[in-house]
Amino acid sequence: MSPIPAQPSSPVVLAVEDLTVSFDGFRAVDQLNLYIDRNELRVIIGPNGAGKTTLLDLICGRTKATDGTIRFKDKELTKMPEHRIVHAGVGRKFQTPSIYENLTVFENLEISFPAGRSVFGALAFRRTQEVTDRINRVASEIQLRDRLDERAEYLSHGQKQWLEIGMLLMQEPELLMLDEPVAGMSVPERRQTAQLLRRICQNRSVIVIEHDMEFVRSIAHRVTVMHQGKVLAEGPMEQVQADPRVIEVYLGH
Amino acid sequence: MRAVKGLLANRETLALLILAALLFVVLPLGLDIFRLNLVGKYLTYAFVAVGLVLCWGYGGVLSLGQGVFFGLGGYCMAMFLKLEASDPESTKIQSTPGIPDFMDWNQLTGLPWFWEPFHSLTFSLVAMLVVPGVLAFIIGAAMFKRRVGGVYFAIITQAIAAILTILIIGQQGYTGGVNGMTDLRTLHGWDIRTDSARYVLYYLCGALLFVTIFVSRFVLRSKVGKLLLAMRDKEERVRFSGYDVASFKVFVFTLGSVFAAIGGALFTLQVGFMSPSFVGIVPSIEMVIFTAVGGRSSILGAIYGSLVVNWAKTFFSESFPQLWLFFMGGLFIAVVMFFPNGLAGVLEQHGGKLGQLWSRFVKRAAPRTPEPAPLQQETRT
Repeated sequence: MSPIPAQPSSPVVLAVEDLTVSFDGFRAVDQLNLYIDRNELRVIIGPNGAGKTTLLDLICGRTKATDGTIRFKDKELTKMPEHRIVHAGVGRKFQTPSIYENLTVFENLEISFPAGRSVFGALAFRRTQEVTDRINRVASEIQLRDRLDERAEYLSHGQKQWLEIGMLLMQEPELLMLDEPVAGMSVPERRQTAQLLRRICQNRSVIVIEHDMEFVRSIAHRVTVMHQGKVLAEGPMEQVQADPRVIEVYLGH
Repeated sequence: MRAVKGLLANRETLALLILAALLFVVLPLGLDIFRLNLVGKYLTYAFVAVGLVLCWGYGGVLSLGQGVFFGLGGYCMAMFLKLEASDPESTKIQSTPGIPDFMDWNQLTGLPWFWEPFHSLTFSLVAMLVVPGVLAFIIGAAMFKRRVGGVYFAIITQAIAAILTILIIGQQGYTGGVNGMTDLRTLHGWDIRTDSARYVLYYLCGALLFVTIFVSRFVLRSKVGKLLLAMRDKEERVRFSGYDVASFKVFVFTLGSVFAAIGGALFTLQVGFMSPSFVGIVPSIEMVIFTAVGGRSSILGAIYGSLVVNWAKTFFSESFPQLWLFFMGGLFIAVVMFFPNGLAGVLEQHGGKLGQLWSRFVKRAAPRTPEPAPLQQETRT
């Protein structure tokens, strides 16, 4: 299937073109094209091993591409080191909650505040009113306002997932990538997370990888189905669900 | 009165005061100058241990080659002292007067070019900090930018310690070889071997150690300290929060190495010589043991660790010279197995009762003033 071309009315934030990565000859991502618009919430689904996580790894620089380009606004990401990609405005949440267990919730959020990122900047970094305000705002957003002083290891699994999302919100990224954000969450937690995602994609683009179709239906603007490193189908949820090829490789199971 | 009480109720300040009292009052009053000079020598290792707390305890970077930086600092100091001791008058029996004795024994007829600037004390002091600092920076940058860490980094630093030892021993004519640089006498005309000089150097050593403590506390309390803890826990997350992880590791490793170098220079001044036996693998590992015994994530713990283990080393090697190495090995295994946080960890666990007794004592000492402020959390609005 050919990629959906960018609409002039909805400027493309992220353009992935002919992206390929091969590990010892195995092409985990193969000639992939993907365009994400401003303020879009895109969900990527697909069977295990389809290359979804690898795609996020490529965008955030964790894995280096063998071939192809990733353009984020005006910047080419494929040759940039990870921390520069973050500075450019890309945030990434990992599959298992990746937070600093031995720091407090407050400190977890504080570290993610985008200031004092060089060694000497960090030595000179001071906790200003602006930092505290932002932390309080984000903590309310992720419903951890009353747990700021607790060590992060004492949070529940779902709260850890939210904390990591909160850490990303502290960075105010223009593109937020979430790898299975509701994995291991209870049903009410999933509902709250869906609401959270709908709120936070108001002024940024979000890419979510998810398996839970209920959850996908509740949040997605558009869905991309990946299979064997390629895009198999793309479009609104109903259209994708009706696609016989998608049913064949993924939904049918 | 209230101010004094507040000060005594703050455990960290209290611990610093106790250390200061021990180093600056109790030990100088209680020990003769020979023993005090030995304590001064132990304290030079405490500089290395504090550096290891930063890069190993907090940064998670275990260096088994801190002897390299200790040695380079010590050698820079020794080169200056050696040149001063080798004036033409006191070396007139040599075939080439005016150069260090070991050069003469090795048939050198002139001072090598890289020795020339060490006639200047200022240059020597700068070199003592810059040479080890730059070497640590290069090693750190080369390793951490390539994401070499953990056991591989430890092995490489150990190899560097071995290389430097072999280099020093092999280049006898330039370095004094296996004997090192001996017979150091004066610093700018001031005899460093007299008792009064030893007192002065001991206090200088103690004062600089406190400077090191304050610098380390500043670093660890800043965002850098939190980032180091975060990196030890989830390095990837720190990287994807926009930090160049490698540059932070390079920074703590370099800072720790500069501390080691200051210790080395003070060692040369107090002991009166420097040799490859303080550079190689064994002394480097011993330095890690001092830190581990004291507590690798506690600055003060590491200082006490250096004092206690070195005191034990002197005691054992005076009484049972053959047993010392076995004892040291056993101690290390025991600490790693049973007290992973060292003495500081033991105190943390069982120190609660002691702390209660102390606060009761403080309260009783001044019953009219209100409750002492507890250990203050950084205030937040």
